[in-house]
Amino acid sequence: MSRTHRPRLGVPGWVFVPAVLGAAFVVLPLLAMLTRVDWTQFPQLVTSDSSRAALLLSLRTSAASTVLCVAFGVPMAVVLARTQFRGQSVLRSLVLLPLVLPPVVGGIALLYTFGRRGLLGHTLEVLGLQVAFSTAAVVLAQTFVALPFLVVSLEGALRTGGQRYEEVAATLGARPTTVFLRVTLPLVLPGLASGAVLAFARALGEFGATITFAGSLQGVTRTLPLEIYLQRETDPQAAVALSLVLVVVATVVITVTRRSRSAL
Amino acid sequence: MTSRSRCGRPAVLALVAAASTVALGTAACGGSTGSAGGTTSSRSSSSSLGLSGSITVFAAASLKRTFTRIGADFEKAHPGTTVTFSFAGSSDLVAQIQQGAPADVFASADTENMDKATAESLTAATPVVFASNTLEIAVPPGNPAKVASLADLGRPGVKVVLCAPAVPCGAAAAKVEQAAGVDIKPVSEEQSVTDVLGKVSAGEADAGLVYVTDVKGAGDSVQGITFPQSSAVVNSYPVASLKSSRNKAVADAFVAAVTSSAGQQVLAAAGFAEAP
Repeated sequence: MSRTHRPRLGVPGWVFVPAVLGAAFVVLPLLAMLTRVDWTQFPQLVTSDSSRAALLLSLRTSAASTVLCVAFGVPMAVVLARTQFRGQSVLRSLVLLPLVLPPVVGGIALLYTFGRRGLLGHTLEVLGLQVAFSTAAVVLAQTFVALPFLVVSLEGALRTGGQRYEEVAATLGARPTTVFLRVTLPLVLPGLASGAVLAFARALGEFGATITFAGSLQGVTRTLPLEIYLQRETDPQAAVALSLVLVVVATVVITVTRRSRSAL
Repeated sequence: MTSRSRCGRPAVLALVAAASTVALGTAACGGSTGSAGGTTSSRSSSSSLGLSGSITVFAAASLKRTFTRIGADFEKAHPGTTVTFSFAGSSDLVAQIQQGAPADVFASADTENMDKATAESLTAATPVVFASNTLEIAVPPGNPAKVASLADLGRPGVKVVLCAPAVPCGAAAAKVEQAAGVDIKPVSEEQSVTDVLGKVSAGEADAGLVYVTDVKGAGDSVQGITFPQSSAVVNSYPVASLKSSRNKAVADAFVAAVTSSAGQQVLAAAGFAEAP
C-alpha cells in the first residue's frame, strides 16, 4: 500500500460476510418453499374457485385501500412535513403507530371502533352502514395498517425535496393550492409512487387485522393470506402454491414500480 | 417428505450453522435427528426409577385451562418433574410433530388429527380417549337476536359465525346442521373456536357454534344455549405418548394422570363429558 492521499472509496471486505448471510436468510426460505411446490398440481391448485376468489378479492381490496391511503395520506404527509404546531411530534408517533403495532391489535382496535357495539358502530348502523363481516371491513383493516407506510415515505420525500421551488412559485404569485398541485406534488411524485406501492404491498399481505375485524368468508372477506392460512389446515400443498402466487404478485408489483420510478 | 431429508441437506445446515443460529437449527431438526445438541441439555436423565426431568406436552388449545391445572398437580405429585405445554390447534400441533418438534405427549381435540400421528407411527402407545365435548350455541349477553334453538340460526337476519368446514369445529358444525336439517348461512367462517367466540363476545355476531367447554370457559362474556341435536356429533379427545420422547417414564405417567380420577375431575369441572 502506498501512502498516497488518494481516498479509497468502497466498502470494507468484511461487510460482505454478514451482508451475504443476511441476504441468504431472506432468500433461503423462499427457495425452500419453491422446493415444496407440487408443480404437476400447481395449475389446479391456484385456479380453484376458492383460490381465484381470494386472489381477486385481495387485488380489489388492496387497490381500494391504496386509493384511500393516497387520498388521506398525501394531505397527512404535507401537514406533517410543511407545518409546525404544538404536539406535532406526538401526533406523528400516533399516526405511525400501526407500523409497529401487531396487526391483531389493530384488528381489535378497529372492532371497538367500527364494530356493531363499537364507538362509531351505532352511528353507522343508524346511517344504514353495516361494516361487520363486509368487504368494506377488509378495506378498513388494510388501510389502517398501510396508511403509515405512505405517510412515512412521502413525508421523507417532502422534507428532502425542500421548499425552494415552492417559495419561488409563491413569490411569483401562485396561490397555495396552485403551488401544491403544480410544484409540490410533481416534485415528490417518485416518493408518492413508492409510498403507494409500499401501501399496496402491505395491504396485500394484511392478515391479522382482517381476520380479527372482518372475519373470513369466501369472496367477501377471505383474502389470499386468509385463504392460505385456512388451506394449510387441510391441504398444505394448496397453501404452498398460493403462497407462491402471493410472492410472485408482490415481486411483480415491486419490480414494475422500480422500473417506472427510474424512468421518471 | 420427512423432516429428516430436509434437515439433512448439507447446504441448509451449513448456512444455518454459519449464521450462528444454532438454536433455530436444533428446534427444527432436534426431534428427528437426535444428534443435534442443545435439546438434551435442559432435560435431566430419565434412567433412574423415580420420576424426574421435564416433558413437553402438545395439547389442543381447548385443553389449555384443564391441562395447565393437571400439569401443576402432576408436578406437585412428582417433585423433580417439569411439564411444559404447547397449546395450539390440533392440526398445527400434529404438523409440528411430523416436522420433528420435540414433544413427549400429544393430546388432540379430535381423532382425525391423532390418526395422522398414528398413521406415521409417531405415537408410542395406542391413543386413549380421555374426554369428549359437544357443540353449544353461544350468543352475546342479552341474546339480542333472541336465539332459542338451532333452527333460529337458519333464520334470515341472524348473523351467525361458524368455524370453517376445514377445521374440526367447522366439520362438527356441518354434521350437526345436516343431522338437524337446518341450513345455516354464516356471515363468516372462522379459523378456530377462539375466533368464533371472539366475534360473539364482541357482539359482532348474533350467534356462533362452539363447544360446551368454550362457553363455560368464556364466563359472562357469552351465554350458552344447548340444543338436542348436539348429540349427533360427539368430539373425542385422544392422548398418547410419543416415540420421539426422551423421557418415556414421565410421558406415560402424565398420560396416566390425565385419565386418572383426579384428572377426570378437573376435566369434568370444565364441562368436558366423559369418554364415550
